[in-house]
Amino acid sequence: MERSDPAIRLIDVSLRYGKTLALDAITLDLPAGRIIGVIGPDGVGKSTLFSLIAGSRKLQEGRVDVLGGDIADRAYRTGVCSRIAFMPQGLGRNLYATLSVAENLRFFAGLFGQGKQEREERIDDLLQSTGLQSFRNRPAGMLSGGMKQKLGLCCALIHDPDLLILDEPTTGVDPLSRVQFWDLIERIRAARTGMSVVVATAYMEEAAGFDLLVAMNAGRVLSVGTTQQFLAGTGAKSLEDAFIAMLPEAQRRGHRDVVIPPRPADAVDDVVIEARGLTMRFGDFTAVDHVDFSITRGEIFGFLGSNGCGKTTTMKMLTGLLSASEGEAWLFGKRVTAVNVEMRRRVGYMSQAFSLYSELSVRQNLTLQAQLFGLPPSELPGRVTEMLHRFQLDGVADAMPDSLPLGIRQRLSLAVAMVHKPELLILDEPTSGVDPIARDMFWQMMVDLSRNDNVTIFISTHFMNEAARCDRISLMNAGRVLVCDTPKAVVAARGATTLEQAFIGYLQDADGANATPRVAVAAAAPPGITRAPRRQVFSPRRMWSYTVREALELRRDPIRGTLALFGTVILMLILGFGISLDVNNVRFAVLDRDNSVLSRGYTLNLAGSPYFIQQPPIGDDADMNRRMKSGELSLAIELPPGFGRDIERGTPVAVSAWIDGAMPQRGETIQSYVQAMHAGWLSDTALHRLGIRPPGSPAGVEIRFRYNPEIRSIVAMVPAMIPLLLLMIPAMLTALSVVREKELGSIVNLYVTPVTRSEFLVGKQIPYVVLGMVNFVLLTALATTVFGVPLKGSLPLLALASFVFILSATAIGLLMSTFMRSQIAAIFGTTIVTMVPAIQYAGMINPVSALTGAGAFIGRILPATYFLVIARGTFSKALGFATLGSSLLPIAASAIVLMTLCIILLKKQE
Amino acid sequence: MRIANIARLGVKELRSLASDPIMLVLILYVFTLDIYVAATVMPETLHNTPMGIVDEDGSPLSRHIADAFYPPRFQPPEMVSINLADLGLDRGTYTFVLDIPPNLQRDLLAGRRSAIQLAVDATRMTEAFTGSGYIDVLVAGEVAAFLRHDAPGGSRPVDLAFRVAFNPSLTQAWFGAVMQIINNVTMLSIILTGAALIREREHGTIEHLLVMPVAPFEIMTAKIWSMGLVVLLACSFSMIFIVQGVLRIPIEGSIPLFMAGAAVNIFATTALGIFLGTITRSMQQFGIMMILILIPLEVLSGGMTPQESMPRIVQWVMTLAPTTHFVSLAQAILYRGAGFGIVWPEFLALFAIGTALFSVTLWYFRRAMKTMS
Repeated sequence: MERSDPAIRLIDVSLRYGKTLALDAITLDLPAGRIIGVIGPDGVGKSTLFSLIAGSRKLQEGRVDVLGGDIADRAYRTGVCSRIAFMPQGLGRNLYATLSVAENLRFFAGLFGQGKQEREERIDDLLQSTGLQSFRNRPAGMLSGGMKQKLGLCCALIHDPDLLILDEPTTGVDPLSRVQFWDLIERIRAARTGMSVVVATAYMEEAAGFDLLVAMNAGRVLSVGTTQQFLAGTGAKSLEDAFIAMLPEAQRRGHRDVVIPPRPADAVDDVVIEARGLTMRFGDFTAVDHVDFSITRGEIFGFLGSNGCGKTTTMKMLTGLLSASEGEAWLFGKRVTAVNVEMRRRVGYMSQAFSLYSELSVRQNLTLQAQLFGLPPSELPGRVTEMLHRFQLDGVADAMPDSLPLGIRQRLSLAVAMVHKPELLILDEPTSGVDPIARDMFWQMMVDLSRNDNVTIFISTHFMNEAARCDRISLMNAGRVLVCDTPKAVVAARGATTLEQAFIGYLQDADGANATPRVAVAAAAPPGITRAPRRQVFSPRRMWSYTVREALELRRDPIRGTLALFGTVILMLILGFGISLDVNNVRFAVLDRDNSVLSRGYTLNLAGSPYFIQQPPIGDDADMNRRMKSGELSLAIELPPGFGRDIERGTPVAVSAWIDGAMPQRGETIQSYVQAMHAGWLSDTALHRLGIRPPGSPAGVEIRFRYNPEIRSIVAMVPAMIPLLLLMIPAMLTALSVVREKELGSIVNLYVTPVTRSEFLVGKQIPYVVLGMVNFVLLTALATTVFGVPLKGSLPLLALASFVFILSATAIGLLMSTFMRSQIAAIFGTTIVTMVPAIQYAGMINPVSALTGAGAFIGRILPATYFLVIARGTFSKALGFATLGSSLLPIAASAIVLMTLCIILLKKQE
Repeated sequence: MRIANIARLGVKELRSLASDPIMLVLILYVFTLDIYVAATVMPETLHNTPMGIVDEDGSPLSRHIADAFYPPRFQPPEMVSINLADLGLDRGTYTFVLDIPPNLQRDLLAGRRSAIQLAVDATRMTEAFTGSGYIDVLVAGEVAAFLRHDAPGGSRPVDLAFRVAFNPSLTQAWFGAVMQIINNVTMLSIILTGAALIREREHGTIEHLLVMPVAPFEIMTAKIWSMGLVVLLACSFSMIFIVQGVLRIPIEGSIPLFMAGAAVNIFATTALGIFLGTITRSMQQFGIMMILILIPLEVLSGGMTPQESMPRIVQWVMTLAPTTHFVSLAQAILYRGAGFGIVWPEFLALFAIGTALFSVTLWYFRRAMKTMS
């Protein structure tokens, strides 16, 4: 690659989300081998631009050339994506929380088809140079934000990319980790000269150090140039000011420098928050270790510290979300308890995690919040409008939060926390990911609240310029408070020139031992001549990477595995014994209007049957009516007056049998029972009274019940349970596997790595197929031992059929998962397409041949139908391949069709 | 204030649901098409029965017998050889194979008794059971008619008159439709409440509620009334427009009474949904747990096979399940026209189960809320 060739060339690129124009005819050349920063307020299209360059989003208009080829061209994209690395916005968004650091890396290495040796060497290398080596086995979810970002970077670098795309990699990361992060990038760039890096960042001081800057606003490029050019062009002192100067007049107008008036001297030292020896332990881990502080009314108290040092935990204890293990906290002079509703009314809390209702619009979120805090209905609309206006949310009032960029969502969260005019605000990193103008605006508001309304503000932040604005700050590390004083005093005590230096100094002292080793990054292959990406249609290695990952997640969640295995066993026990197709214990009663010897004999005849249970006799018609209606009686026999006399005389007489037809099948069975009993009684009576047996039909039908001569329910139902359970459980297990990645964001790994859709899907399927086979073994063992239903036919056939059937069942789950957008819908959809058809249309109770209409059609295409034939055939009918082999084909066909559908429906780009 | 909170949070739940078009389509499906298909799938217990006949006689009588099997109860019987007959039974092609012996007609005309064999696939229990009795009667009738052989002594001395109450023609559709509604009510109320709770937890919005002046009781009650209302409306819609309208199933009793029963039942099942959503930690666990609970609830509640035939222990356990009482209540009201005077014990049982579930869940929910964040 020539040095002069741009790494990225955009020509007239536009993109719309519905009606919103996110990118507006962008034309831009970005040179190779440089580190290029993209800066701009929230929601101007930075992330969208990046996702287009990374190939994770579909191009709508214009042309994007990346590393010398058209990224919209699918063949080119597949080839080039192994030369690009993309780190999406959000802390550890594309990582897997339950997997350890090394496992995450192995997963990504697998996606690029690396062999074991190469992989392990690279992982060691990367972990060594990032200082993550000692956290190798820690789950990614337990890492601090800074470490997560470092791990994300390692995952991005595992395949020696020529182009590294970082979307706000240091947002929400503490200063020390940030320094370490950029240090790492510098060392990597030194080792791999020629690698291009594109970064979006909200930290202007970081951006100032980049080779080239692109300033964006409202979907357009404002300006491209170096920091010096920017400063010279606007005559500003800092990049932040320069950027603000570049913005259109309308946006700039509201901005002014934040001026913090000193606290009034007559401020009453009324303590609002008081903590004494506050401690929180999670098992062996002490998250917060004897923390003390006291904050007075109207004070702005800054809470600083490295990621994972216990800031959030402390805040949660103050709000009553967590109960302290030790120590106590007071708010407004009252002890904090979990249930104090009155106290909650006076506090506004904004958590670090975005916690708004994504299914409610911005206005609805605000309104709900105001209502829950009990704002009078008369004030409500005004208050909501005021908040919308104050936080500049008017334009997006009816938008859904998910469609908004991070910065605007943070603004909304804050608006929500303040809607009820609290006296105390507890804000957990409220400005992470928020652009400079919005941050200043936000601070102006805080200052107004504090100085004018005497609102106490307890705020955590990673921005040093924000920390400097606080009345007092407290620096926390590893659960302990290191220092607590005014910002000036902190800087002075350390003898530093800036707060940032003081802060880093404190942290380095505290960490001491585990400071990042400055290991040079091993010089990997120079870019451009990395091994030509082998175009593989299906790579077992990449597939296996997903298999291992899915299996590890399953193993980390033992409850799910246990439920899946033992749950089926329990279910089989309950259902096997519970479902009974026999009709017995039929409750009947007699309305005997005759009460003669003969009529009593008739009653005795019925009562003697094992199928019937006699209930107290019926008194009259009304009684019969009532007892039939309540379902107490399923059969009522009415013997007419003069029953005995008429029989003696030979006068025709009729017995009435009332049958409850509410359950038709049972009704029919009862009918045939009564018929048989009646015939039996007749012939007995005839024999008894007349001494002759009435002749039967000259040609009797001899009925031979095959396969299940005693007609036991268990023999019919237990083999039928196997298809039901092997369908429901594996389908439900896979039903969430894809949609979950969509909801949590890690689906981006499918978009930007060489893994193909079939590798992704089959890889995910394998662990569940294995689990399903274990289930099969358990169920078969249970059937033959506990239920005593012998497997008379071919076990290999049954096993093979189960295997193919589980392939098909897991494919149903995957299909639902691919098709649906939310986990709830996936669960619901899977239940509908598996449970109802399997129970009703697959022939479990009623044979498929007896069905009509749509149900019959469903029954015929259902793989469960054919597996049921095989299960009953092998268990009860002693059959093998010769007879039942043909039933395998429809099952196999369904598996293939379903998987093909999944692959077609799954998108490789957003 | 408390009531107001419950109302507002409930409205929020409804808004959330309304913003998910796929869920709305699925809900619509399970209360319309799904009911229709389930109702019409099986017109009668004996329907389209596949049958093979081995005619070793080849006489007019044997053809006469074969002609007696016709749709809709039977598929036109296939005439097969004895070997194929066995294979057909093995493969499940036939449920019944009637073997007419050689010289049947000659023997009968000569006054000798003869026996026709009926082989039955007893793994298909319901069909086997009802069908064999039916075939027995049918064949005897055909033989008698052929021989013009009236039973000696004229009519039987004691006649047996059947009166099938509540569903005189024993139409399966009546049964299938309502049972399907009941199943879907259970499924939907568990999913809507339980899964929605898990989603709130996974998205961190529950935590947000907990820092507000809102009590767990209010959160829970809001979910129950709002989602319960959705299910109840869907259920009423289905009863009125699908069951009575499209399917034209005559309803004996009072629909409002049935709806009242449904409401009490939904109170219990939505509480159960929240319970499941509270004891499981993730959507994945919830999915499996739900299957494990839902299958027994549907299969063993008496809506599929009669309760009284189940083992005692199962019957006893199932009296604790709300669906058991709902099924029995629905059957009594809808088919038998029972009034409140008759079904009040079921109402009481449902209410007791619902209250118990609600209390246990509230206790768990409160505890879980404390450790959730």
